[in-house]
Amino acid sequence: MAKLVAILATTHHPFFYKTSQLPADEAPPFAADWVRKVEAYRETLTRAQPDVLVMVGSDHFHQLWLDNMPQFLVGKAPYYDGNWENEIREFGMPKLFFKGHEELSAYMLREGIDRGFDLAFSHELRVDHSITCPIFTVRPQNDLPIVPIYTNIFAPPLPRPERFVQLGKTIREIIDAWPSEMRVAVIGTGHLSLELGGPRQFGPHGPDPEFDAKAVEWIRDGDIDGVLSNVTLDSLHAPGNATHGFMDFMLMMGIAGYARADYADNLNLFHTMEAYFTWYPDPSLVSGPPLTSKGALLR
Amino acid sequence: MSKYLVNKFLFTVDRDTTLTERYREDPAGTVAWWEAEEANKILNSIDAERSTWLSFAEEERQALATHDHVALFEMGAHPFLTLTLWIAMFERDWDEPLGMQLDYAAKLAHVRQPYPDISC
Repeated sequence: MAKLVAILATTHHPFFYKTSQLPADEAPPFAADWVRKVEAYRETLTRAQPDVLVMVGSDHFHQLWLDNMPQFLVGKAPYYDGNWENEIREFGMPKLFFKGHEELSAYMLREGIDRGFDLAFSHELRVDHSITCPIFTVRPQNDLPIVPIYTNIFAPPLPRPERFVQLGKTIREIIDAWPSEMRVAVIGTGHLSLELGGPRQFGPHGPDPEFDAKAVEWIRDGDIDGVLSNVTLDSLHAPGNATHGFMDFMLMMGIAGYARADYADNLNLFHTMEAYFTWYPDPSLVSGPPLTSKGALLR
Repeated sequence: MSKYLVNKFLFTVDRDTTLTERYREDPAGTVAWWEAEEANKILNSIDAERSTWLSFAEEERQALATHDHVALFEMGAHPFLTLTLWIAMFERDWDEPLGMQLDYAAKLAHVRQPYPDISC
């Protein structure tokens, strides 16, 4: 069976790439700390030595549109292009090109449908920054085949938080059952409290620091019951009008099960809190010396 | 009300650099042209298969034609679409980083929760 070697759940901040490319004398004061934290986080994936990446993200009205909107979609293509012109314009990111892993995509689709998720699929998908950002942060050499999975956190009516957790659990079952010798890592990106296009956007920190403080504890502790008893589709409006992206973190908690994270770090930035979590479902699959740090949230 | 059509305008204009510039320079003319020629195009279909029923409500037409992002927010246009297009059109007019975005937010300071419903 395949080996699930690492689960990474992280925010995706489209300005990281550009910020990380700036010379020191032009970089903002927070840049050095941000780059240092991202490089430490990258090591949590590198040491797991994955062969294939399952990438969970959410299209931001790039390819998926309101005339034809899937709730959950799996890419099944031999290749994927990455990043859209209006992202390049706004964020200064380059276009990317990915190999796909069609065998795992096909298995994910067949098994997902048979296990209760009528997954949509795409044979030609240009992935957006929800999937390319973690490549820039944790796998900049972009050398591994991917299976992209998109969720709808953007265009109501949305699936409820319970459904995201359940999909995560199902993805875990599917990877664990995949008849392959591949080492699989899952990387999913979402948001903590976030406001876009509203009065609370682009403040000195995320729009709801209290929510963010609770959210990183739920994730770090694998507290699925705690998060499900506190978070609903309605409640997610209060921390910020784009906070439904937190449900992608909940999906990743579903994949990790009720496990405490092995790495948990965060960073307060203008506009949003960054957060970086990694689980190793079977630590015996990860060789080499232990992590020098488990992140600020696990000290 | 056609929140869907307002969103479709924002979506199609944002992803086409030529249209973005045209809307920046001539908002009323671009909205009138778009409603006449583009509004009923099913994306990904030929002209013979156009829809036959989509048009703006007057307040929607007015909000788009005057670059009124506050009115668009209040009528439930998708805030991500509006913001992204506004960044593309107007960020260049500000000297300080995030100046446009902070001004955009300040003009919405009167808004209280719950925000307008963005369901179409």
